Amino acid sequence: MFMTEIFSAFLLTLLVITAVAAVKTRNLFVSVMLTGIYSLLIAINFFLLDAADVALTEAAVGAGVATVFFLSALALTAEEERSPSAYRAVGIGIFIAVTLVLGYATLGMPSYGDPEAPVHVHVAPWYLEKTPEFIDIPNIVTAVLGSYRGYDTLGEVLVVFTAGIGVLFLLGAHPRRKSEPQGGIASGENGLRHYLIPRVLGRLFIPFVLLFGLYVQFHGEYSPGGGFQAGAIIAASVILYALLEGEDRALQVIPPGVLKGLMAGGALLYGAVGIAGMLLGGNFLDYSVLTSDPVKGQQMGLLLIEAGVGITVTGVLLTIFHAFAARERF
Amino acid sequence: MEFLGLYHYLVFPLLLMSGIYAVIAKRNLFKKLIGLALMQSAVFLLYITMAKVEGGTGPILKPGDADVLYSNPLPEVLILTAIVVGISTAALGLGIIVRIKEEFGSVEEDVVRELGGR
Repeated sequence: MFMTEIFSAFLLTLLVITAVAAVKTRNLFVSVMLTGIYSLLIAINFFLLDAADVALTEAAVGAGVATVFFLSALALTAEEERSPSAYRAVGIGIFIAVTLVLGYATLGMPSYGDPEAPVHVHVAPWYLEKTPEFIDIPNIVTAVLGSYRGYDTLGEVLVVFTAGIGVLFLLGAHPRRKSEPQGGIASGENGLRHYLIPRVLGRLFIPFVLLFGLYVQFHGEYSPGGGFQAGAIIAASVILYALLEGEDRALQVIPPGVLKGLMAGGALLYGAVGIAGMLLGGNFLDYSVLTSDPVKGQQMGLLLIEAGVGITVTGVLLTIFHAFAARERF
Repeated sequence: MEFLGLYHYLVFPLLLMSGIYAVIAKRNLFKKLIGLALMQSAVFLLYITMAKVEGGTGPILKPGDADVLYSNPLPEVLILTAIVVGISTAALGLGIIVRIKEEFGSVEEDVVRELGGR
């Protein structure tokens, strides 16, 4: 226990150093790489704080997909920060003042890990106690995400969907096709095809990454995982394929029309499960009425909405990636 | 032990403020977006820190073991979905930055402002 504490204090210190370095460096490529490392460090920290689901999400999304997005946008803009910093004194002043105030405020927080802290005595014990009775799955995080807070998750899926639509509006309308093999991140028709080692190793990895994504998707009720993580992992495997074989090949595997269908289809599936509950005499997103046995109905509803989440997240992340990759650098 | 607990909380303002510093003092729009992402993960860390119960384990039930202490699942759910929403909105921001670069030829705030006539 004590060793874990020392390790996590070490990780937190590294986290602060990485964050400061990412802000300070003027080379934006270095900055993006540092934020990738930052995400990986914070994912390990989440794991040490008992949040395995969150750690998996952060590792897949923050360290994986986010880094690719930032790099692909960077490939379209400039790599160096040109202007000198402005308002430095104001920035540093605010930094010190707010850190001191918040630092003082932490003295009033409930002590770390206190089981009697207000956050632990409200609805959380109810979730832990009643889930075996109502839904009967071991992973409480999935139960809360899909069933107790199903409305919330539906809203989040719609936000993800809307963001995908927004990126399409901004970048997808007049995709400037490339004529020369310089430009975006998966540029040219070749990608990394002429590099033998990444190609051979990457091709070996892709099927296993896909398989792991499916495992995370369908085993989410029993172990850390679920639609959000699985969507990011599956999208990452297709992005890896696009980076290795060129963007055009990846678009042959999953055409843009299919991607748009995935984006909307997942959200629609989620909503349809909610409506099906209403038609069968329950409330919106009440899965108990889906089958004659309420517990089985809950499990079926969870499986379906997690599939919807996974489909939408995969579709949106891939659409965003292709929107960036298809653009030509100015 | 007490100090380590405090340290967990103290890291939060430091991370948050590194992000805010980038938003205030850096003129590069790309860097501002990285600052926003840093601020966001600082908040995530605070939530997950509060979900931890001393001596607890992850909220995945172990059948037939009655007296296991579990950490709080609720903040974990909130943050899990927030991470994926965070990357989607960051991508939207990146899209806007790419369009600004295409229109103005720069992603530096002062250059863009000059060309924008304000």
